[in-house]
Amino acid sequence: MSGSPVIEVDQLVTHYGRRKILDGVDLTVDAGEIRVIMGGSGSGKSTLLWHLLGLYRASAGSIRLLGKDTSTLNHSQWRDLRKNLGVSFQGGALFTSMTVGDNVAMPLREHTDLDENTIRIMSRMKLEVVNLGGFQDLMPAQLSGGMIKRAALARAIVMDPKLLFFDEPSAGLDPVVAAELDELILKLRDAFNMSVVVVTHELDSAFKIADKISVLHEGKVLLTGTVDQVQASKVERVQDLLGRRPRTTEVDADEYLKRLTEEEYGEYIQSVRG
Amino acid sequence: MARSNHLGASWRIWRAVVRLFEAFGYVGALLVESMYWLITGPKHGQRVGWRAIAEQMVEVGLKAVPIVAVLSFTVGLSLAIQLIYTLSEFGAESQVVLAIATGVTREFGPLITAILVAGRTASALAARIGSMTVSQEVDALRVMGVEPVRYLVAPPLLALLVMVPTLTIISDFVGILGAGLYSSGALGLSLTAYMLASLDALAPADVLQGLAKSVVFGMIIALVGVRCGFVVRGGAEGVGQGTTQAVVIAISAIVITDMIFTFFMNR
Amino acid sequence: MSNRIDFSEHDQFSVVVVEGEVDLSWSAELRNAVLEALKGSNNLLVDLSAVSYIDSSGIAALVEGLQTAKAQGKTFGLVSVSAPARAVLELARLDQVFAIHQDLAAAGNAAQ
Repeated sequence: MSGSPVIEVDQLVTHYGRRKILDGVDLTVDAGEIRVIMGGSGSGKSTLLWHLLGLYRASAGSIRLLGKDTSTLNHSQWRDLRKNLGVSFQGGALFTSMTVGDNVAMPLREHTDLDENTIRIMSRMKLEVVNLGGFQDLMPAQLSGGMIKRAALARAIVMDPKLLFFDEPSAGLDPVVAAELDELILKLRDAFNMSVVVVTHELDSAFKIADKISVLHEGKVLLTGTVDQVQASKVERVQDLLGRRPRTTEVDADEYLKRLTEEEYGEYIQSVRG
Repeated sequence: MARSNHLGASWRIWRAVVRLFEAFGYVGALLVESMYWLITGPKHGQRVGWRAIAEQMVEVGLKAVPIVAVLSFTVGLSLAIQLIYTLSEFGAESQVVLAIATGVTREFGPLITAILVAGRTASALAARIGSMTVSQEVDALRVMGVEPVRYLVAPPLLALLVMVPTLTIISDFVGILGAGLYSSGALGLSLTAYMLASLDALAPADVLQGLAKSVVFGMIIALVGVRCGFVVRGGAEGVGQGTTQAVVIAISAIVITDMIFTFFMNR
Repeated sequence: MSNRIDFSEHDQFSVVVVEGEVDLSWSAELRNAVLEALKGSNNLLVDLSAVSYIDSSGIAALVEGLQTAKAQGKTFGLVSVSAPARAVLELARLDQVFAIHQDLAAAGNAAQ
């Protein structure tokens, strides 16, 4: 398994309503790799993540996860695949009606027939890993932002997934907590040999953890390379993103006029951001 | 999709019609999918938890008993006052027992119950699922391989299908009791005699007609509540709108369905 | 590498030798093997030298072994922990919880 790609995206095109969000994305992530997907807001990086997770259907192109073409999977095949995927959402997405411990244990209860004692040990162990040992009986509402992120990470890795997706790990966290999370991502990869995909716009975090960075802009992959390659890139948009140049925006006259005048235009933009 | 601005009004109507059909399609799909998981879930490792269903039954059914009883009693009482007054003008007080018994079991019991449960539960479902949608909890379920419809929809749907008819029976009884409290005096009967006379006046078909309706009402409450939750967009404000919408749509749908039922069953 | 569990008896202790990749698919077997071995031994060691990967369910089995041993006043230790297994133990800071021995000889010295 080692060496073969865990994610292969080929010419992915997606639409939201009439708007094209992703415009021919290619992406290959190798086993054991930490890949950071970067891009400004509206670059399509979140959309790419939702499609990788199989939450939406693409207009064209294909996605292979752990060697399986996701468009051909039936229901139970998807379910089997999902046992090997872990996802940590931006806002945590912990179930507010359950304790932290039950949140973390939920994938185990849903997917395995393990002994309840084993499930308890496994989920508490993952809480220890994210430095939340002893917090299992709290409700999510009692946790701080950084704790919610860590609890969500514990839930994402409770099944020891082969592939971990992490949406904006450091957004909204103070720098110390953010750095701890970065450290944790590195350790997880080393201990469990996970492949990790991190979507972020935080440069410090990206440079610290990434094996490779893919820069997304207007629905296309602008550049994929190591941290050094990205930092050395002469591509203007990449420079923009690194904050080396003031941002310039070209106006597409037709598109701009549409944005200003069309009745329905606002609706799907709202939905995208909702 | 070509259109110009002077077509705005007809375009809007057309869009509203399309959306209405979309909503019907969505709700229909939810129903089919819920039933699918209830029946075949265990085979796919997607069990519908009995504990979840029991919890929902307590939440939507048991906890609604006091308010259903109080309001049914009150409506029964008002009904009796109105009928005694109206029928006495024709010298037909003796028909009061029959009128109330059939009116309550066929119409008022199911309707009051459904409207109350809609107010409590359609809104609660919309709020719960709406806030879960907004905070990505629904997405989290999906990426965990847990079908949101199975997990979030099937338990309340099943609970409502059982509890709305159950509450309706309670409402029927308490409504007639409330009416009896007033009219037994006016008719010179004891309360017990009034209740027995009511039982005598009722045909099984009267009660069954009401219960058949209440099953459909239960389904409407569940599906409308859930649908309004899943389509929520845009944070806390969206959840609020979804909740309001759920109550308005559910009650409207219940009243209209009731009318259609009554029309076809009493011709 | 094939997954297997072997047992061996020594003067002072019994040893459960685990080989292969311990994951969800058979960690329950490991759990049963450890708990079973504890019934017949007061001093149990688990040899992890040939473990190329161990997931949390495997670690949980070891934790349950330790938990059971402690409750019964028995000793429970890990011996010749492979690098991959050690990485997982360290991640959860369990290297500070288990008695970990370099090899059987060291375990023998510790027992005296």
